[in-house]
Amino acid sequence: MADILVLVEHRRGEIRDITFEMLMKGKTLSEKTGKPLTALLLGNDVGEMAEGLKDLANRVVLIEDPKLENFNSEIYQRVLGNVIEQEKPFLLFIGHTAFGMDLAPTLATQMKAPLATDCTDVMVDDDQIRAIRQTYGGKLNVEVRLKPAPCSMVTVRPASVSVEDYSLAGEITRVTSPLTEEIASKRFLEYVEAAAGEVDITQANILVSVGRGIKDPENIPMVQELAKSLGATLSCSRPVVDKKWLPKDRQVGTSGKTVKPTVYIAIGISGAFQHIAGMKGSGTIIAINRDPKAPIFNVAHYGIVGDLLKIVPALKGKISEAFA
Amino acid sequence: MEIIVCIKRVPETADADIVIDRTGRDIEKGGLVFDINEWDNYAVEEAILLKEKYGGSVTVISMGPEEVNETLRRALAMGADQAIRLTDPAFEGSDGYTIARVLSQAIKPLSYDLILTGVQTEDDGYGQVGPTLAEILGIRHAAVVNQIEGIESGRTRVHRELEGGLEEILDLELPAVLTIQTGINEPRYVSIMGIRKVAKKEIKVLGLRELAMKPEEAGEPGSLTVVEMVSFPPVGEGAQILEGTMDEISDKVVTILKEKGGVA
Ligand SMILES: Cc1cc2nc3c(=O)[nH]c(=O)nc-3n(C[C@H](O)[C@H](O)[C@H](O)COP(=O)(O)OP(=O)(O)OC[C@H]3O[C@@H](n4cnc5c(N)ncnc54)[C@H](O)[C@@H]3O)c2cc1C
Ligand SMILES: Nc1ncnc2c1ncn2[C@@H]1O[C@H](COP(=O)(O)O)[C@@H](O)[C@H]1O
Repeated sequence: MADILVLVEHRRGEIRDITFEMLMKGKTLSEKTGKPLTALLLGNDVGEMAEGLKDLANRVVLIEDPKLENFNSEIYQRVLGNVIEQEKPFLLFIGHTAFGMDLAPTLATQMKAPLATDCTDVMVDDDQIRAIRQTYGGKLNVEVRLKPAPCSMVTVRPASVSVEDYSLAGEITRVTSPLTEEIASKRFLEYVEAAAGEVDITQANILVSVGRGIKDPENIPMVQELAKSLGATLSCSRPVVDKKWLPKDRQVGTSGKTVKPTVYIAIGISGAFQHIAGMKGSGTIIAINRDPKAPIFNVAHYGIVGDLLKIVPALKGKISEAFA
Repeated sequence: MEIIVCIKRVPETADADIVIDRTGRDIEKGGLVFDINEWDNYAVEEAILLKEKYGGSVTVISMGPEEVNETLRRALAMGADQAIRLTDPAFEGSDGYTIARVLSQAIKPLSYDLILTGVQTEDDGYGQVGPTLAEILGIRHAAVVNQIEGIESGRTRVHRELEGGLEEILDLELPAVLTIQTGINEPRYVSIMGIRKVAKKEIKVLGLRELAMKPEEAGEPGSLTVVEMVSFPPVGEGAQILEGTMDEISDKVVTILKEKGGVA
């Protein structure tokens, strides 16, 4: 049918934002190419979810099975392989998320489908698919061409599409689950919640956030003092947590916390998308980085280019004076 | 426990000024400092920890030019037992799928229980090679693993990192590919002495022919995606860069904080 297919991502009864972002992108491409937009929903007892998605696609293909209760790439792949054979989609969208990173590469390989991962944009001209993806931690844009194939796949970077209201008044098509026997080679056992930390950085009015640019854990107290002089809370990027310089509850980003303080000061943070996705909703963003091309400057409102080891103490001095 | 770890040597660009090369399809690599891909360093450490716990051996494999020997030696110094380098002019321009294809040809004749890769590379950042390799080899996989609980009766229990601090626990049949997330362990320090000790260790080198591949199966011809061109990301609104002496800049920040942050 050569549709544009969007794989709905949901977890514990909630549709995840990436789904709406992919549908939005799919709708734009659908208008341009005249190919219908189909949302593909796999799950157990998710009829209500399908109802909620009806307006956002021309069609919702719904496959329900108790075996689809929790995400399991192997079971999903079995079902999707089947759907692709039947539907023969032109292009399949999957999120570049923990879910999609586990599923898309193996599914694409099975289907011999060209796959472009972590795309920030997708273009179609005369059935030729091109995608924009970023390399070198967001410092370079790469335009890739997908070689012609019966079905192509892209995974979409979270928060790279802005979602607007629209209504397509689609309908629901139920498809019988092709699953027969149990698949025991990969079993989902349970979820583990993040341990509650000591501080809740999502509640802070001002966050002073430190990244790998700090180089040495001995330099962290300096940033801590800057935060203190502002009545701000200290947060950080992932490598600072990986190195155990600060606890996990301080981490901003997709695998940490999403924060929206009035002011976010990013110090020695390059601005990888996993970090930016967690802080770009902040009121005012000030970035300090010695690399003028650091991607963080693309989302910051104000930038200071220079050595943080010099800037932080100077700032702290002035701020203590001003807000004493 | 036979463990294979796929590692890549990548340029460090977080702090560097990058320049687009003459082809317009890549960057100048000349002046850049290279090191093991951050995620792969954690994967090597995890493999060695598993070897220390369950016995067996660790083989590191990397596809790339001669300089990659340095990265392989670094892994040997950490405690890996064997190193293999895959190299051929025909590999140039390989996409994520084709890199996995080349790796799979080297891995097929080996015996293994576990294959570890990084979640993603710092340069290409496909997040694709590990699971693709599993599919080509016809074995199980789990992506974004941040804990390996244990290995028992041909199965392993692992944690996958999801969003927002949530994790899921999976039970997986071996052999399997696990893509390793940063923070899973604390990679050991590699001393110059340690690297010197392994300087004479043999690194097996395999090319297209040894891997029984045809030229059209590798590089751009064998790939399903092709890089057309690269460019610098548009800056969008972009940040207003504060200029002046350190004193002037600090004063501006104070003003911004007063206006926007409600700091008084
Ligand atoms: C599945 C997954 C989930 C992830 N989740 C998260 C997440 O939740 N949060 C997160 O942050 N990351 C996350 N990451 C990691 C992310 O991809 C990046 O690796 C990370 O954000 C980089 O952190 P950084 O900016 O501190 O370090 P780097 O990228 O190394 O940047 C350091 C910066 O400091 C600057 N610098 C260095 N020295 C100085 C100096 N003296 N003065 C001024 N500037 C200096 C450099 O120019 C550079 O821009 C995730 C990755 C994956 C694969
Ligand atoms: N050239 C290579 N040689 C060996 N392993 C690689 C190579 N490229 C990628 N890998 C492995 O695949 C992982 C994911 O890479 P990528 O799909 O490019 O993000 C890396 O962390 C490595 O473990």
